[in-house]
Amino acid sequence: MKRIYAEEKWCLGCHLCEYECAYANSGIADMVKALKGKDIFPRIKVEDGDGVHFAVNCRHCSDPICVKSCIAGALSRDGDGMVLIDKDKCVGCYTCVMVCPYGAIMPAEGGKVAQKCMLCTDNQMNGEPNCVKHCPNRAIVFEDRG
Amino acid sequence: MLREGQQRIPSGCAISGVIDRSGKGMSGDVMIRSISVMHDRSNGLGGGFAGYGIYPDYRDFYAFHLFYDDTFAKSNTEEYLGRHFEIAYASEIQTRKIPEICDEPLIYRYFVSPLSRKLESSHLDEAEYVVRCVNKINTFVKGAYVFSSGKNMGIFKAVGFPEDVGRFYRLDEYSGYSWTCHGRYPTNTPGWWGGAHPFGLLDFSIVHNGEISSYDANRRYIEMFGYKCNLQTDTEVITYIFDYLVRRKKLTLEEAAHVVAPSFWSTISRKGEEEREQETLLRKMFSSLLVTGPFSVILGYTGGLMALGDRLKLRSTVVAEKGDKAYIASEESAIRVVEPELDKVWAPAGGEPVVFELYGGRK
Amino acid sequence: MNDTLFMYPEYEVVRDADKCIACRVCERQCANEVHSYDPDLKKMFADSTKCVNCHRCVCLCPTHALKIVKSDDTYKINGNWNNQTINEVYRQAGTGGVLLSSMGTPKPYPVYWDKMLVNASQVTNPSIDPLREPMETAVYLGKKTAKLERDEKGKLKDTLPPQLKLSVPVMFSAMSYGSISYNAHESLARAAEELGIYYNTGEGGLHKDFYKYGKNTVVQVASGRFGVFKDYLETAAAIEIKMGQGAKPGIGGHLPGSKITDAVSTTRMIPKGVDAISPAPHHDIYSIEDLRQLVYSLKEATGYKKPVIVKIAAVHNCAAIASGIARSGADIIAIDGFRGGTGAAPTRIRDNVGIPIELALASVDTRLREEGIRDNVSVVAAGSVRSAADLVKAIALGADACYIGTAALLSLGCHLCRTCHQGKCNWGIATQVPELVKRLNPEVGYKRLVNLVTAWKHELQEMMGGMGINSVEALRGNRLMLRGIGLTDRELSVLGIRHAGE
Repeated sequence: MKRIYAEEKWCLGCHLCEYECAYANSGIADMVKALKGKDIFPRIKVEDGDGVHFAVNCRHCSDPICVKSCIAGALSRDGDGMVLIDKDKCVGCYTCVMVCPYGAIMPAEGGKVAQKCMLCTDNQMNGEPNCVKHCPNRAIVFEDRG
Repeated sequence: MLREGQQRIPSGCAISGVIDRSGKGMSGDVMIRSISVMHDRSNGLGGGFAGYGIYPDYRDFYAFHLFYDDTFAKSNTEEYLGRHFEIAYASEIQTRKIPEICDEPLIYRYFVSPLSRKLESSHLDEAEYVVRCVNKINTFVKGAYVFSSGKNMGIFKAVGFPEDVGRFYRLDEYSGYSWTCHGRYPTNTPGWWGGAHPFGLLDFSIVHNGEISSYDANRRYIEMFGYKCNLQTDTEVITYIFDYLVRRKKLTLEEAAHVVAPSFWSTISRKGEEEREQETLLRKMFSSLLVTGPFSVILGYTGGLMALGDRLKLRSTVVAEKGDKAYIASEESAIRVVEPELDKVWAPAGGEPVVFELYGGRK
Repeated sequence: MNDTLFMYPEYEVVRDADKCIACRVCERQCANEVHSYDPDLKKMFADSTKCVNCHRCVCLCPTHALKIVKSDDTYKINGNWNNQTINEVYRQAGTGGVLLSSMGTPKPYPVYWDKMLVNASQVTNPSIDPLREPMETAVYLGKKTAKLERDEKGKLKDTLPPQLKLSVPVMFSAMSYGSISYNAHESLARAAEELGIYYNTGEGGLHKDFYKYGKNTVVQVASGRFGVFKDYLETAAAIEIKMGQGAKPGIGGHLPGSKITDAVSTTRMIPKGVDAISPAPHHDIYSIEDLRQLVYSLKEATGYKKPVIVKIAAVHNCAAIASGIARSGADIIAIDGFRGGTGAAPTRIRDNVGIPIELALASVDTRLREEGIRDNVSVVAAGSVRSAADLVKAIALGADACYIGTAALLSLGCHLCRTCHQGKCNWGIATQVPELVKRLNPEVGYKRLVNLVTAWKHELQEMMGGMGINSVEALRGNRLMLRGIGLTDRELSVLGIRHAGE
C-alpha cells in the first residue's frame, strides 16, 4: 500500500504541509477563506528541534494499536491496510490519542472527536495527499514501499 | 541581377548517367534522348553533359574547356596558360547554331600538360598543380572560366534545356564509354553559362539534384583546404568534398560516401564491429563534410560512375543494368527510353552508394 | 554623517494582507530575516532593507500573498547619475571597499543572440519532421586532425586523439564546489550522467562522493590549483585549464571564507574559513609557450587518454589567442563571454571587461578557419546561452557545443538575485550553510536539469528540422542559416552573416 513517508534529510521545517493539510480538510475551496484568521488543526505535524525537522502523520501501522484500543469501534483498518476513523462513531475518549506511539492522532477542531490522516481520501483532494503535493523539497513522499 | 557565384541560387534538377562497363564507346545521343524525357524537371536555364573516354587521341593531356566573355579574357588566359602549361592543341569548340541556344560566350578547348620546370618548382604533385592553376584562372582572370579540366573527358554545358545543349555541342559526334547529364531548374535567371552543370574538377564531374541544407557548413570547412567556392552551388562544394576525400585524403569512394551521407548513429550502432568502427571513425573525423538536405548525385570519374543520395532519400534515384551497360537517373523513364528491356532495375536506399566501373576497375 | 548612510531599498516586499494567513512560511524560509510575525497583532511584517529579491518567499507562499516590486523611491532623476550609481558611491564612501557582485552583468549591453534570425526551408528543399525522422544531436569534441592510416588489411586505424561524446551539444559550465553547494553539484553530476553530457568541477576540486560520476566530469585546473592531484585528474573524462572567466577576465577566482566549510576545505585542500583568492594569472603561464607546457604536463600525467580544454574569457584579441591555443596541443577551446555568471566578482570588472560571446565566437571560428586550423580544436561557447535558440545560433556561428551555467542554476531554483557572494542562498545553491544547502534536494534538482536539457534538445531538433538539417554537425558553422536584424555593417561583418532580407 502507498503510504506517506517523511524524509528527514530534506525537511526544511517550513511547515507548509500543516497548512496544506488544514486546507485540504477544510472543505472550503479557497485557501485564504479556509485558513485566514483561524487556528489550524492539521493531521500532519512538523517536529522541529536543533536543526532537525521532519513531518509526522499516521504511519498506518500493520498492527495498529489505536484500532485495538478504540472503545467505540470508530477506528478500523481497510483491506489495503489504511487505518480509518469514523467520526460518527467516535465518542471522543482520546484513548487512541494517548496510545499512538507517534502522536499521529489528535483531537479534531472543537475537541469532540479524534482525527487522523487518511491520505486525503476523505476530503476534496480525492486521494492525492495535499502535503505531499505541496512539499517544496520532496521531504514528504507518497510511495509503496511494500 | 547578381550572377552565379555572387549569390546562392537554389535549384531543382534532373540527372542521368550511363556507363558501358566493357569500355565500348557510345554516342552522346543516348544521353540527349534520356534527359529529354525529363524535360519538365528543367526550366531551360541550364543543362550540361560530361563524357568520359571522348578524347582518346589526347588521353595524356588535361582537356581544359573554357568560357570567355570576350577576347580580352581569352588573351589574358592564354598568356597564363602559356606560362604554366605546354599547350598541345587549342581550338574553338565546334557548336551547331540552333535557335534554342543563344548568347553563347566564346567556347575554347585546350589540351595541356604542366610545364615540367614550373611543376617541379611548385613542390606540388601534378594534380594539385593543375587544380591550383584552374582555381587561379577562375578566381582572378576576369571573364574567363574553366569548366572542364580532366584527362580524356569533357564537360559541355550551357543555358538552355539539356537536350538543346546536347545538340548545340554536337554531342552525337562524340563517343565515350560513360556519360552523365543534367537539366537544371534554378530559381532565378542568372543567364550565365558557367552556372550550368555538371561541375568538374580534374576528372571528377558531378551532376546533382536537390538543395542541400548543410551548404555553408560544408563550404566553410572545405575552404580551409585551399578550395574556393566561387559559384556557391551545391554541386561545386560536393565536387570539392569528393576531391578532398578521395584524391587528397585517399579514401575509397565508398568511404567518402560514408562521410558525405553517413548512416544514422542509431543504424551504425546496430552494425557489425568492423563496419561500426570504420563508419564511426569516418563520422568523427570528417563531421563537417556530412551533407544534409535533399541531394542525389552522379559522380563521374575516369573508369566509373557512382550514384549517391542523401540519407533520408529526399530525392529520387533509380539505377539499372542491361548487359555491360549500367544506368542511373532521377526517373526510371529516362532509362527505359534508351533501354526498354532491363536486366535489373532498383532504387538504392538513402545514403547507399552504387558504383559501376569498367571491368578491371578504375583506370 | 554616519559611515553607513541609509539607502532606501531597491525592492520592496509587498504583502496582500487580505490573502496572508500568517502561516509564517516566509519567515522560516528567509535566511535574510526579512519577515517576522507579531503574535500580539497576529500579523506578518517585512523589512525590505534586508531583502535580496530572491523570490523564495514569493514562490513558497501558499496563498500567493507576496510580491516584490521595484521601489519607486528615487533621487532626483538624472540621466547620468542614476540611483544605483549614486548608491554605489555612498557604499564605497562608507566602506572603502571594492564592490562585489555575482552572476552575469545586468547592464543592458546588446545581446546579439536576439539580433539574429534563423532560416527555415520552403519549397526548394523540405523541412524535416523530428517526430517522424531521425534528428541527430550527438557531437564528438576533440582534435580531428589525425593522419589517416590503414592497417595491413586496408582498414582505417583509429588514430584520433581522445574525444568527448555528447548526446546533445550542451555541457554544464564550471561551477565549483564551494561557490555552489554539495547538493547543487550532485544534481549537476547526476544530470550529466543521465543526459550523456558533462559537468565541470570548476576550481573547487572534486568531492570524494562524486568520483563515481568521473566519466561525465570535466575537472578544472585553475590558477589556484585548488584540489588538483593525481586521482582528481585520473577520474575525469577531460581536463580543463581555466585561463580566464567571462564574468571577470584578468582576475582569478574568489571564494569568500564564509563558504569554506570543513568539506570545502578538504576538497580544495585549503584552510577553512579564509578567503580563497586564486592568482590572477597562472604563475607558470606567462605566455603561450608556457600554456603548451601545462597542456602537455597534464597529458603526460594522464597518459594522453583525456582531451584537454583551455578556457579563456572573451577579450578583445581572443581570435589571436585562440589561434595560439589551437597550436598549443589543446583539444578543445572554451570561450566564455562577458555576460557569463560568477559566484563573486568585482562589480566594475564584471560590468566593464570583456566582449560578448557572439562576437568572440564568430571571430574565433572565422580566424581558425582562415588559418586552416579549425580541425585542431573543438570550440565550446559559454557566457549566457539562455535558450535552445541561443544554442542553435551559437552552433550556426561555429560552436561545436555550448556550456550553460546560469540556465542550469535557474532550473535548480536560482532567481538571479545576484547575491551568491553573501553565501546565504535561500535556494540552497550558492551556499554552504547546512540548513540552506538541504533546500536543494538533488533528487528534484537533477530531474529539473534533465528536463531542461531534454527540452532544449527537442527545440534544437525542431529548429534543425525546420532548416532541413538532420544532423547537428551540418549546422555547425552554417552561417547562411543566420541573418542579422538591426545590425550595422560592421557587426554583420564580425558575425560573418548577412542582414535579414539579403
